[in-house]
Amino acid sequence: MDIIGQLVTSFIATAAFGVIFNAPKETLVKCGFVGMGGWIIYYIAEKYSGDSVLATLGATLFVGIVSQELAKFYKTPVIIFSVAGIIPLVPGGLAYDTMRNFVEDDYYQALALGAKVTLLSGSIAFGLVFSEVINQVVRRIKRANL
Amino acid sequence: MENEKTRTYEIMEVCLLAGKIMLQSGGETYRVEDTMMRMAAAFGIENSHSYVTPTGIIFSAEGAEPTKTKLIRILTRSTDLKKVAMVNSISRRISSGELDLESALTLLKELDSLNVTFPFMVQVAAASIASGCFMIMFRGEWIDFIPAMLTGGVGYFGFLYFHRYIPIKFFSEFLASFIIGLLSFFLVKIGAGQQLDKIIIGSVMTLVPGLLVTNAVRDLMAGHLVSGLSKGAEAFLTAFAIGSGIAVVLSFL
Repeated sequence: MDIIGQLVTSFIATAAFGVIFNAPKETLVKCGFVGMGGWIIYYIAEKYSGDSVLATLGATLFVGIVSQELAKFYKTPVIIFSVAGIIPLVPGGLAYDTMRNFVEDDYYQALALGAKVTLLSGSIAFGLVFSEVINQVVRRIKRANL
Repeated sequence: MENEKTRTYEIMEVCLLAGKIMLQSGGETYRVEDTMMRMAAAFGIENSHSYVTPTGIIFSAEGAEPTKTKLIRILTRSTDLKKVAMVNSISRRISSGELDLESALTLLKELDSLNVTFPFMVQVAAASIASGCFMIMFRGEWIDFIPAMLTGGVGYFGFLYFHRYIPIKFFSEFLASFIIGLLSFFLVKIGAGQQLDKIIIGSVMTLVPGLLVTNAVRDLMAGHLVSGLSKGAEAFLTAFAIGSGIAVVLSFL
């Protein structure tokens, strides 16, 4: 039941973000599926491993690779699919907690949370770059075999 | 000779216009550079250099004549993925030889002045739905769904509304998050919502500079140091605006 709720909300949230970022209408549903897949990987991995950095990396890799394939197939820029897909993974909640702790004069806690935010956004960026590299390597291998 | 000179300038104008539209709509730095160089190559300029930063583009074309360089200034940046896709398809058509220089220029000029965004109220509705869903994704309770939708919608409405009158993005973000904080505090106070933290987090997600942060780190990794750092600074400023807006409300508690 919990998982179904997560699936539905992540799909809707990602598609709604597609509207805010003004993605083309015909890509909204695909954006929703990309975001849903990424979020579910994150949600399950985080639940069983307890390591949110690793979970974020895995989810971003999925989002990146799927976006590259979709972009190739529909001949649109990758950014349309990847941006909406990574939005659920962005550590907005943690960033908020960091700020809140700063305001409440709990600097130690705030710095620790801030470091975590940096790590998480770093792992999102790393996942995206890594999926791009994988895509290029695969393309080069395919070309070499032809 | 004179003809060739004006043609080079026209090619550069087309490339710069395409780059400008892409950059203003949130295209990545490397994609803007790549698109501009591809378009120049399709029109016969083999050697071109482009230097793209979030606030301006420098483009220079080498040829038989002396090297020509043009600069274009970027003042406003937003996220408008449809325009990125449209410029991309125009550049594809140029590369395949479907479009000539004049028609490409007309198409791009049309696109530049075109407003292809979703209607105002649709955007607000999307933000409100997204806020509610994010609240659930961050392990909130379903009972807070409606309050989160309400605060998220009002907050995003405020952001778009203020942004029309105050050209400084920092202030509209600050005011929007201030409204979000105040409204969610009020809703929890009268008993309509349960968890203040979850409602606020869900609602500010529509303002959070997630795209900017990732693009910044990505640009840095790809070696675009100047644009990476300046995008990072922009993201930090946005996060700071949101945080301080909420902080003002929290400090009164």
